[in-house]
Amino acid sequence: MPLAVFLVVAAVAVASALGLVLKRNPIHGALFLIVNLGSIAVMYLTLHAQFLAWAQVIIYAGAIMILFVFAIMVLIPGKEETGPDPLRPVRLIAIPFGALLLVELVLMLVSRRAAPVAAVPAPGGVEAIGRLLFTDYLFPFELTSVLLLAAMIGVLALAKSRKAG
Amino acid sequence: MLPGSYYTGLSAVLFVIGVTGVLVRRNPLVIFMSIEVMLNAANLALVGFGAQFGTADGQVLVFFGMTVAAAEVAVGLAIIMAIFRLRRRLSVDDLSAMRW
Repeated sequence: MPLAVFLVVAAVAVASALGLVLKRNPIHGALFLIVNLGSIAVMYLTLHAQFLAWAQVIIYAGAIMILFVFAIMVLIPGKEETGPDPLRPVRLIAIPFGALLLVELVLMLVSRRAAPVAAVPAPGGVEAIGRLLFTDYLFPFELTSVLLLAAMIGVLALAKSRKAG
Repeated sequence: MLPGSYYTGLSAVLFVIGVTGVLVRRNPLVIFMSIEVMLNAANLALVGFGAQFGTADGQVLVFFGMTVAAAEVAVGLAIIMAIFRLRRRLSVDDLSAMRW
């Protein structure tokens, strides 16, 4: 049963990622990416990482994708990739190189000494993550607040119109 | 629970799809979304490894990665908007100059 769930969700994840790359219209790509993020949230659930699954849905599929959809609406896209592509032969080299990268990654994963699966699954609830965040990872956790503040100020500075400044 | 190699294998496939998307597409927004696919593949590998060793440390790393991704998307989209305001076009092939 877990194998069947994994296979179905993995097929959805790979198909939606391919849809993002292959579809010409960016808004279709954004919808495919939401499906992809949701299927990865299901993957987290099968790994007993409940907190991350919900954080994935709220932060990625909610907040980040809304930013993307707003940007797509503002930028009136879809006209960039309709004309003839002068660099098409150069761009198609990416496909064999991508296949090469996949072969390398799979070879690395196969040659790695397989670790035995842990008998007790990792705790993934809010309590376990929160305990780690506020003990072992307290300093990086505080640093993220500085990072978010810096990002906010940076975005405000970038979005300010030049005439007003 | 399934062996961790299943999850790392899926993560490798998703990462390669993301890399190919970055290399093949011309629209910076789609390139950005392909980068998100790559980030998620790395996150999935981290959680898979964490489950393999029975610790939650990988999940904490993924949590930090999500925070960084949120900041990165906000700044990156603001940069794309600024370029669009300046150029009125949105193709990465036009953006070959470092200054103008």
